[in-house]
Amino acid sequence: MDFDVIVVGAGIAGCVTAYQLASGGHSVLLVERGAEPGAKNLSGGVLYCRVMEKVFPGFVDKAPVERRITRNYLGFLNQDSLVGIDYHDQRLGQPVNAVSVLRAKLDAWLAEQCEGAGAVVMPGIKVDSLLSENGQYRGIKAGDDELTANVVVLADGVNSFLAREAGLRGKEPLKHLAVGVKSVIGLPAGVIEDRFGVAPGEGAAYAIVGDCTAGVGGGGFLYTNQESLSIGVVLRLDDLVAKGLGSVELHDRFVQHPGIAPLLKDGELLEYGCHLVAEGGQAMVHDLARPGLVVVGDAAGLTLNTGLTVRGMDLAAASGIAAASAIEDALADKHFSQAAMDGYVARLNQSFAGKDMATYAKAPAFMENPRLFNDYGPLLANILRGFYNLDTTPREHALPVVRGALKASGLGLVRLARDGLAGVRAL
Amino acid sequence: MSEKVAIMELGSITQRLNKVQFGTDSASHITVNQGAAKAAGAGPLLVRICPAGVYSLQPDGSVGVLHAACLECGTCLAVAPPGVLEWHYPAGGMGVAFRQG
Repeated sequence: MDFDVIVVGAGIAGCVTAYQLASGGHSVLLVERGAEPGAKNLSGGVLYCRVMEKVFPGFVDKAPVERRITRNYLGFLNQDSLVGIDYHDQRLGQPVNAVSVLRAKLDAWLAEQCEGAGAVVMPGIKVDSLLSENGQYRGIKAGDDELTANVVVLADGVNSFLAREAGLRGKEPLKHLAVGVKSVIGLPAGVIEDRFGVAPGEGAAYAIVGDCTAGVGGGGFLYTNQESLSIGVVLRLDDLVAKGLGSVELHDRFVQHPGIAPLLKDGELLEYGCHLVAEGGQAMVHDLARPGLVVVGDAAGLTLNTGLTVRGMDLAAASGIAAASAIEDALADKHFSQAAMDGYVARLNQSFAGKDMATYAKAPAFMENPRLFNDYGPLLANILRGFYNLDTTPREHALPVVRGALKASGLGLVRLARDGLAGVRAL
Repeated sequence: MSEKVAIMELGSITQRLNKVQFGTDSASHITVNQGAAKAAGAGPLLVRICPAGVYSLQPDGSVGVLHAACLECGTCLAVAPPGVLEWHYPAGGMGVAFRQG
């Protein structure tokens, strides 16, 4: 064997797996198709970073992270109004719970840590296929080169062509996928801090639903980086296709929305990008192990959208920890059978990532509810308008105001109660 | 808030892509089966879902492909009807190279 372990893909899942194993003294090859680690990687991106502290103590101080998120904003954006919940809490920064990140910078650092721990990092190599013998995976093929290992770790992202080739994944239903379209907009640090009301080093994370996607399932996001904003939309593919709308058109609609555009004033576009997002939740997480093979991170479908939080990177890290732990045992026992690799699945299920996937198993179905994107924003705005719009007509008590807005929305109390209950159960 | 205010100019897709670094492969990683695309009427779908403007409708009814603009998200492959598209990643080290990500 050329290596104990070959990891394909230098994102968070791949780097955490490689780092843990290399730190344990195993020979590890980390292969990446980008010219540099991070070159192909793009996320929203808020990283719920407590899990990273377990792998890299002092992570938030040492890693190139952007801002510590102390302000979370959830907004219902309508054509003429924006209703938001603004949650600003210093406790979120002590200890640091979440940071904004730019993956080209973060992943390059992660790959450096892997190299420092003794892993061989090979960027610029696209793995074309897997080597296997009688159902036992034993390496990779890239061009004419073959490299062998006891275990191959697929950390090759949401499109994972290698997992498809291995028969672990079929064509995913469109409702399990969304496309994220994102602009990184440069602004001076001081302007960001003034505009978003955050202290130096601290930042805000906006999650917006409604008119920003013209009712297409998904939403808009805006995260503050050190000297830029990450802004964009996530659009569920089934809905995007069905509604006949375009991805660029919806990105621009959000960025230019009168409720959002002032936040970007005088900004300069630094980069434009896009990436697929797994939206299927627990239903997408299956077939994660074969003899000599495990699947981690986005390739394993490990993302969670609960409306309030959109997670993927922390789950990727947790899957990397679980994979490395199972592979360490397999290397010690020299057993790379299905049972040995299933040790990864067991560890993943025992981790917070596996448990959270199970807890939120019903979240994707709930998030498919079109009323979330079309009806509840206007309803909230109309209720509030009933209170604030003092047009010299006599005031009504709160109950008739709410009842009137509800009646005008056409939603009905029963449907509202049913959606509310479904939400409480799913989220 | 009813009127669109363009406080920040985004520019055309071409202008946006000028901000993105690419290592361009002379060989295309995208192939459209024109017959299948025509039969399935897939052209307009590919044009509107691609965030990078890779696809275009040509005067002769075929689907044009600008592979060098591809941001490698895979959306087209996910939505394309069976048989319309051959799409894989560009060769190692080629294609988009995000500096922010």
